[in-house]
Amino acid sequence: MSELIPVCTDEQLSETELAAIDAEIAHVPYRASVAIDALKIVQAQRGWVSDDALQAIARHLKMSAEELDGIATFYNLIFRRPVGDKVILLCDSISCWIKGCDGLTQGVTDLLGVGPGETTPDKAYTLLPITCLGACDKAPVMMVGEELYENVDEQTLHALFGKGQA
Amino acid sequence: MATIHIDGRAYEAEAGENLLQTCLNLGLDLPYFCWHPAMGSIGACRQCAVVQFQNAEDQRGRIVMGCMTPVTEGAIFSLAGDKAQQFRQNIVESLMLNHPHDCPVCAEGGECHLQDMTVMVGHRDRHYRGRKNTHRNQYLGPLINHEMNRCITCYRCTRYYNDYAGGTDLAALASRDHVYFGRHQEGVLQSEFAGNLVEVCPTGVFTDKVLVHDYTRKWDLQSAPSVCVGCAVGCNTMPGERYGKLKRVHNRFNAEVNGYFLCDRGRFGAGFVNSKKNLLYPGLRQPEGTYDALDHHQALLHMQQACTTGKVAGIGSPRASVEANFLLRSLVGAENFSPGFSAHEQPLVMEVLQLQQHTAAVIPDIATIESADAVLILGEDVTNTAPRIALALRQSVRNKALAMAADMGLQPWQDAAIRNLAQDQRNPLYIASVADTPLDDVAEVAISLAPNEIARLGNAVARNIAGEVNELPDEPLRPQVEAIVTMLMSAQRPLIISGTGCGTGTVTAAAAQLANALCAEGKRAMLCLVVPEANSLGQAMLCDADAPDLDQLQHRATSGEFETLMVLENDLYRRGPRFQIDALLAAFNQVLVLDGMDNPTTSLATLALPAANFAESEGTIVSLEGRAQRYYPLFKPPAERRPSWVWLLACLKELTHKDVEALHHFDDITRACANAIPALSGITAAAPDHHFRNLGQKIPRQTHRNSGRTAIGANVSVHEPKQAVDEESPLAYSMEGLNRAPPGALLPFVWAPGWNSNQSLHRFQGEVGGPLKGGTAGVRMLLSGTPSPGVSNYPEKGEPPFLDMPQGLWLLVPRQQIFGSEELSALSPGLCELVEDAYIEICAADAKSLGVSAGDGIVVGDSLATLEVRINDDVAQSCAGFSVGLKGAENLEALHAVSLRPADNWRRRAPTPGSEEVIGSDRALNSEARTRGRARQRPARPQGTVPEGPHV
Repeated sequence: MSELIPVCTDEQLSETELAAIDAEIAHVPYRASVAIDALKIVQAQRGWVSDDALQAIARHLKMSAEELDGIATFYNLIFRRPVGDKVILLCDSISCWIKGCDGLTQGVTDLLGVGPGETTPDKAYTLLPITCLGACDKAPVMMVGEELYENVDEQTLHALFGKGQA
Repeated sequence: MATIHIDGRAYEAEAGENLLQTCLNLGLDLPYFCWHPAMGSIGACRQCAVVQFQNAEDQRGRIVMGCMTPVTEGAIFSLAGDKAQQFRQNIVESLMLNHPHDCPVCAEGGECHLQDMTVMVGHRDRHYRGRKNTHRNQYLGPLINHEMNRCITCYRCTRYYNDYAGGTDLAALASRDHVYFGRHQEGVLQSEFAGNLVEVCPTGVFTDKVLVHDYTRKWDLQSAPSVCVGCAVGCNTMPGERYGKLKRVHNRFNAEVNGYFLCDRGRFGAGFVNSKKNLLYPGLRQPEGTYDALDHHQALLHMQQACTTGKVAGIGSPRASVEANFLLRSLVGAENFSPGFSAHEQPLVMEVLQLQQHTAAVIPDIATIESADAVLILGEDVTNTAPRIALALRQSVRNKALAMAADMGLQPWQDAAIRNLAQDQRNPLYIASVADTPLDDVAEVAISLAPNEIARLGNAVARNIAGEVNELPDEPLRPQVEAIVTMLMSAQRPLIISGTGCGTGTVTAAAAQLANALCAEGKRAMLCLVVPEANSLGQAMLCDADAPDLDQLQHRATSGEFETLMVLENDLYRRGPRFQIDALLAAFNQVLVLDGMDNPTTSLATLALPAANFAESEGTIVSLEGRAQRYYPLFKPPAERRPSWVWLLACLKELTHKDVEALHHFDDITRACANAIPALSGITAAAPDHHFRNLGQKIPRQTHRNSGRTAIGANVSVHEPKQAVDEESPLAYSMEGLNRAPPGALLPFVWAPGWNSNQSLHRFQGEVGGPLKGGTAGVRMLLSGTPSPGVSNYPEKGEPPFLDMPQGLWLLVPRQQIFGSEELSALSPGLCELVEDAYIEICAADAKSLGVSAGDGIVVGDSLATLEVRINDDVAQSCAGFSVGLKGAENLEALHAVSLRPADNWRRRAPTPGSEEVIGSDRALNSEARTRGRARQRPARPQGTVPEGPHV
């Protein structure tokens, strides 16, 4: 078994990350309770949560990597693979589907050259489908980074991702 | 009791029990997946849906989950109602969306709970035409195969692995349609009980990797009731055979011992049975050192000659059956028979027996261990010496959760609710050991002490409880003593665990004294003392306290007393340093060895006799709780292999020994042994004798649909072979007979109509989860709670002093390994890959002073061994842990003081190989997770006296 033990990764959390996580830990009875917050903190700093980063968080929270990974992979907004600077979340839930989100996905693909789950070569954008952004009355909707776009149509996409824009 | 109505019929049922369990108890077929009798209900799979009606007028009813619905007086249910049936069919159909149609190539096929349930609900036609999900499988080690595509997301695996067995490296990953049960990264599953996933998983996600690579379906396996020989716990097993090879080991339910679960040493450690090193013919050593094969007539002649020329000494074995040992003892005479322990171990095991015979405390079985509400472990690393006990202790610490649940009116089967309620609140478990143990994560306190200091701690607690004045007001362990006293005195059912594992009798004596003190205070205390091997305790019962040990035998042989030595199933080179054993064997002119496999001792024999192993012979062994249990042959041994008792009985008959005239059958020997040895008088009750018939019939070893009976040997001869006859037991090498509720000791396999998987077990139980209808296997021979008069004043050994090693010396303390420390299991395919290289474990400060780092080599003593260094700050001060029983550490003896120096010319092992399959586990990470909560204590020591005893 011993030859199966990998060299332990030395990935460390940064001072900022540790401080933010510890601030959360101060509010809860169990260290593991802040798992989601810790993942969000690290993701905010690094854009995504790598295996090494996940292991570092697990060590800090005294959880097993499996336990934490179970939480991390449960939530679709904790990214376990690298994403672009901005994540395009295009809703494909019922209202948006009725209002033609399929065409929008194709539109983004045409403009940026990436399909769902892919990142542009310049690492600017990642396109992800999402189930409901909570704005069905203004369907179809889309989030780019922190920004919510309502009643999205081809023009919106062109304005955002057209030549000279993106 | 309550009266409930199911489909118009009234039934009596236990109020508060869940409906699913009740239905199974009543013999009704209600399908389920996520519920497990040992793990309770969570209502995850929705498969056990039934219709419940509000009252007699209610015609519509509503669907409820059987496993989550308590039985109440007057409740009205329908299992057969269309609505419920349709619902259950839909559930199976939804599970089938992603389940591959790969039953023909799946290792679970033929004993698959999912197959059974699919047939049971009547679902047949699939409507889904889309793509099925496919997953990447993980490498989970050499023992367990992973095939995630077959998963039906019942969550049984993580509930077992994490919640029940305390594992941390298996999780439910992702969500929705992508749920994946696996590890964070590929690697060996770290739990010592991971193998139970094979039986817990209702389908073929986790399967037995060793079996998968050399596969036989359950229905083609010939099975027999057996007992694990991996340690002294005596778990009941059902090994399966085909083509003369042991294929796999499954759990055989015993309500008092192993329940539903085995450890991985037990499940995967029996493969040595198929070893290429097995002896097939007797061998006579020629002058040039080669062996000539003999047939059994010639071998017997040689045996007889050896026994008639000069006096014979015998060395028995704690891994051989009571009967074989008894016959050898009869052959050579009690005064010339050594039980076969090492000289160091013999008094320890003998004393453990005495302590247990004379204690006022209860000697608990595993089920009783689970009922403890406070546990103190003195010196024993049970996870590695008697693993199944560790799994029981993980349940015992949950009694607090169950008590909290009872206060809230929650039923004990409400698993998720109870775990949520209790979080990490547990019953106290206090561990004092020489270094960290895998149970530390559920321990309230874990403390590292040298062996004698552990005894000192135990004695101090005993004195304190007995109300004696603490003689050591400046006792440095005072805080610990006080904590333990408080813990034990506030418990109702305190349990003290100790054993021979740390190598000194002072610890076991302290444990017994402490248990007695608790009994004197009116507590229902329990005392569990662990011994090393499957029949260690039986061997102690067979022999007198003054039976010669190996050293004494050698002295007598050197003085010319003996001509011949007869060794029974014992590799003596595991019983002492090489030079000592060389000297022992050299002191005899002839050495006869009966053993199953080639080993250093058989290689030196003048006559080697091939002895059948546990899978090929019958025998009685006595477990650490004093339970005599019988194992039965799974198949007939090939060639000239014979059970040891057959060799010895034949030899005794050749010698026309008067004691054996009336002995013909195995049962006769058992009876003779019971008559001759008072301590073993109970062993005849371990199992029914060979005259027993189950409703007039023998019990079949094969299932109804066992195939190839007439053709299995067609490659050798096209004539149908005669079925082998078993004259020694009520079992038959055949599918003919009756396997309906046989006595627990005779249950060869479980199967019931409609229930092909191991879940059919409930048809063999009086009540689901309860004892077998045929009775619990084995007989307890240590009557607990009955102290002999006058033994409460157990002689005190004086306070063991604190360890004060001179500069430059370390005390060698044993570190046991679940994989490797036991001789035979370490030779099994799969499991052998988990056996580590021998090592020496020292703390970082010692390593620094020696100028070595982890992975370097270190020379122990005067070149006793050169071993790899491991750094472990949890090793007790001034102690160095060494891996017991691993290759390279044979010459090291526990509790010897040794010097350490860096090895010259040591080649560090290559780092992790780059093979794709061997993507490493994140073990370092997990071990950190295990010790969550408090760190181990490693108290500073006072300036003590230089200790006496063996170590200086």
